Amino acid sequence: MTAYAHDQVTVSPGGRGGPTKGLLRFLTCGSVDDGKSTLIGRLLYDTKLILEDQLAALERDSRKHGTTGDDIDFALLVDGLEAEREQGITIDVAYRFFSTPRRAFIVADTPGHEQYTRNMATGASNSHAAVILIDARKGVLTQTRRHSYICSLLGIRHVVLAVNKIDLVDFSGERFHHIVGDYLGFAQALSFSSITPIPVSARYGDNVTARSARTGWYEGPTIIEHLEGLDATEGLDGKPFRFPVQWVNRPNLDFRGFCGTVASGVVRPGDPVIVAASGRDTHVARIVTADGDLPEARAGDAVTLTLSDEVDVARGDMLAQPQARPEVVDQFAAQVLWMIEEPMLPGRSYLMRIGTQYVPARVTSLKHKTDVNTLEHIAARTLGLNEIGLCNLATATPVAFDPYSENRETGAFVLIDRFTNATAGAGMIAFGLRRATNIHRQALLVDKAARTRLNGHRPAILWFTGLSGSGKSTIANIVERELHAQGTHTYMLDGDNVRHGLNRDLGFTDADRVENIRRVGEVARLFVDAGAIVLCSFISPFRAERRMVRELVEEGEFIEIHVDTPLEICKQRDPKGLYARALAGKIKNFTGIDSPYEAPEHAEVVVDTNQGSAEDAAQRILAALRERQVIS
Amino acid sequence: MSTNTQTRLALSQHLKHLEAESIAIIREVAAEFRNPVMLYSIGKDSGVMLHLALKAFYPSKPPFPLLHIDTGWKFRDMLRHRDSIAARHGLKLLVHTNAEGVARGINPITSGSQLHTQVMKTEALKQALDKWEFDAAFGGARRDEEKSRAKERVFSFRSAGHVWDPRNQRPELWSLYNTKINKGETIRVFPLSNWTELDIWQYTRAQQIPVVPLYFAAPRPVIERDGLLIMRDDDRMPLAPEELEQVRMVRFRSLGCYPLSAAIESEAATLDEIIEEMLISRTSERSGRLIDSDEAASMEKKKREGYF
Ligand SMILES: Nc1nc2c(ncn2[C@@H]2O[C@H](COP(=O)(O)OP(=O)(O)OP(=O)(O)O)[C@@H](O)[C@H]2O)c(=O)[nH]1
Ligand SMILES: [Mg+2]
Repeated sequence: MTAYAHDQVTVSPGGRGGPTKGLLRFLTCGSVDDGKSTLIGRLLYDTKLILEDQLAALERDSRKHGTTGDDIDFALLVDGLEAEREQGITIDVAYRFFSTPRRAFIVADTPGHEQYTRNMATGASNSHAAVILIDARKGVLTQTRRHSYICSLLGIRHVVLAVNKIDLVDFSGERFHHIVGDYLGFAQALSFSSITPIPVSARYGDNVTARSARTGWYEGPTIIEHLEGLDATEGLDGKPFRFPVQWVNRPNLDFRGFCGTVASGVVRPGDPVIVAASGRDTHVARIVTADGDLPEARAGDAVTLTLSDEVDVARGDMLAQPQARPEVVDQFAAQVLWMIEEPMLPGRSYLMRIGTQYVPARVTSLKHKTDVNTLEHIAARTLGLNEIGLCNLATATPVAFDPYSENRETGAFVLIDRFTNATAGAGMIAFGLRRATNIHRQALLVDKAARTRLNGHRPAILWFTGLSGSGKSTIANIVERELHAQGTHTYMLDGDNVRHGLNRDLGFTDADRVENIRRVGEVARLFVDAGAIVLCSFISPFRAERRMVRELVEEGEFIEIHVDTPLEICKQRDPKGLYARALAGKIKNFTGIDSPYEAPEHAEVVVDTNQGSAEDAAQRILAALRERQVIS
Repeated sequence: MSTNTQTRLALSQHLKHLEAESIAIIREVAAEFRNPVMLYSIGKDSGVMLHLALKAFYPSKPPFPLLHIDTGWKFRDMLRHRDSIAARHGLKLLVHTNAEGVARGINPITSGSQLHTQVMKTEALKQALDKWEFDAAFGGARRDEEKSRAKERVFSFRSAGHVWDPRNQRPELWSLYNTKINKGETIRVFPLSNWTELDIWQYTRAQQIPVVPLYFAAPRPVIERDGLLIMRDDDRMPLAPEELEQVRMVRFRSLGCYPLSAAIESEAATLDEIIEEMLISRTSERSGRLIDSDEAASMEKKKREGYF
């Protein structure tokens, strides 16, 4: 093969010609209106990436939407959404590409508004460096600190501190040094390895791509010069081999290939590898690609590996180097950035995406959240939108990972809301909490199956959910009486009773409601393990928690019974006088009044006490149990 | 189909990186979605995307069909290219045309480009996605094409009805794509998000990917209309009284419906020459597309309605 002339193409206007240093991905961030988008527009313009028809459109746009009078508003080159142009702000991250003779760049322009912090984090997650802007008139602001902290947390090590709008402070060196001093004082506590302050005017181009005569006191590089020379490689090649299996390729019985992208390290045919979760060891046989087999694959390469033994490997597994294994645990501590309106509730089940795997996960405890202004730790029970905290998490099955500080590829995860599927949180793993015990769990001599044989019926959770006063306890009591009469082992867990003992310390906030149900679920699971039919009557207003309990036990063991009495009827009945008090404002967070009830979508049984007696409802439930062969 | 007889060339580090990233995205879709499809629009971007899909699953074939939304006004050369490519790789090719639009007589000449695009492309696409119940659709769009594209995710969520809500996109961190959707919702996937037009041509050149001959300069009969050079690909397009067809050396930077795709004067007849020409060009590829200049922010609007 002849070497392609890509590296020799002379770079002319508009081209991404022959970069001599690797691609650099960076982001711009900082407070609202500090000039991030303007700076990027300026970079595109100065590197001649704006073509004639685009320039004509920009001039038209600047007249219509511009914030700069008769001048060109460079921000309009990047603020591509209608809403952004109308309001003159950035809402979502934009990715732009440009290059100089020395290097190609992908830049993420991120929003300064606090409301859109998650979009800033998105841009930071894939960047090697950050340009943090500060308005020279305003100095270091809360948002400057927040963005700096997020950059540091997400593993960015190189920062350019662009003190912008220097034209508006008469190109004052004194002002510049003052701001830089302020910033360095704050940034000491962060883990940056380089901070390069540069005075700039994004609008007029000073020290962006050309040195400015108006800042004679400044002798350092321009933004572009600095970024061109920056060595920001993460050295992923030099780290232990990690290969999350993405897809199993089976065109015929003779070929079984594992497709994926090398997350870190290098691999060659003949190398020993292990399947991280099972510890099974084997060797790499071939590195297959459409262009022929390769002698080696490195971090970032998308390849297909074949193995020398028939080991059990599926999507979600990780192949790794045996001498330097990833941790495999089901509990770990991680920094979590919360990204949706609905707060993060410890105890609630989320879907975790880590590597090529999805696994149910819960935040077991929130150790603290961090005040972005002072970096102080504050005690908290929940995380709100854009808040960051250190959490302990538990996954349904053990996962393989490296701490994020050691490997950005294998130490990151996202949390997904299980109902809306929104991307709810971003996590960076700090350390594992304990070795997963479930791999070598002690086999018990008497197990659930043995107890079930002795009992003569199957265990189950009968979960009664519904509004206060809907009749849950009344019906559950009748069902238990009947079951007991048939010689069935039963136990009753009732909301009011549990709250007097086990859950005495919990109130009625959303977070406490979740914890309440989590504990009840765990207790119910023990009863199921013991072979009993356990009846649980809890308002349990959130789908997520009911689903969490459902997932604690085996398929078919959780039977959800929706006692579907209309709110109006419950209010009329009001057996405990609670509705009256809630309506009078004397009880807060009362389900159906000022706290929502999320009705089940797929309850196994739905009963409406308005349509028949409690006895009728109980009989229907017993029939359902017979139908499901829980009892005979 | 290509008029090129050059040899395959080694990839630069940069193109290797882009290739690997795209292959990972394509595999992710195959692994996570029940019924994905690859939009194949026959252009240079589709060519690269398909090539990457062939590589991603080698030695298997891509586990999804190709879909072409045919407006009925594509260049004839494009359709020939489409059929030969599908046949060569033994891939299943689905073609959908909005029959309702045809019955209503919608066309790019008298209906105007906006209505034509809305009915024959956007509506047609939605019909096809619904008809075959696809839950994920690959598109060859790139972020460098247009300002609102630069804002779009790689895995771009569409609510029921194929609506894009640009102000409320899922954050997309690292390469941990969120592929989860509920019934009725879909995902558009853009494996070429981080490619530029120049990358596409350099990759096409290095990998010898066949492209429609219209990309190469040749003497072709064109008319000049509103300062744009239009090639009458058939006689459905009437000539205005003083319009004259004249043969000029032209090529196309971007291919679509022939009455809406303007040619540029060019001598570039090989991939190398196209790349050379691009490096000194001072206009963007979309400048030859009539549909984009219709109104400001037109791309975002079309995309919100379900356009790719
Ligand atoms: N005088 C002067 N004005 C500037 C400079 N840089 C930016 N501006 C102006 O500051 C305003 C805000 O600029 P943007 O680029 O939109 O700010 P931003 O940081 O991207 O704002 P958000 O993305 O909404 O957070 C615009 O009117 C710019 O023209 C500068 O160096 N000097
Ligand atoms: Mg901005």
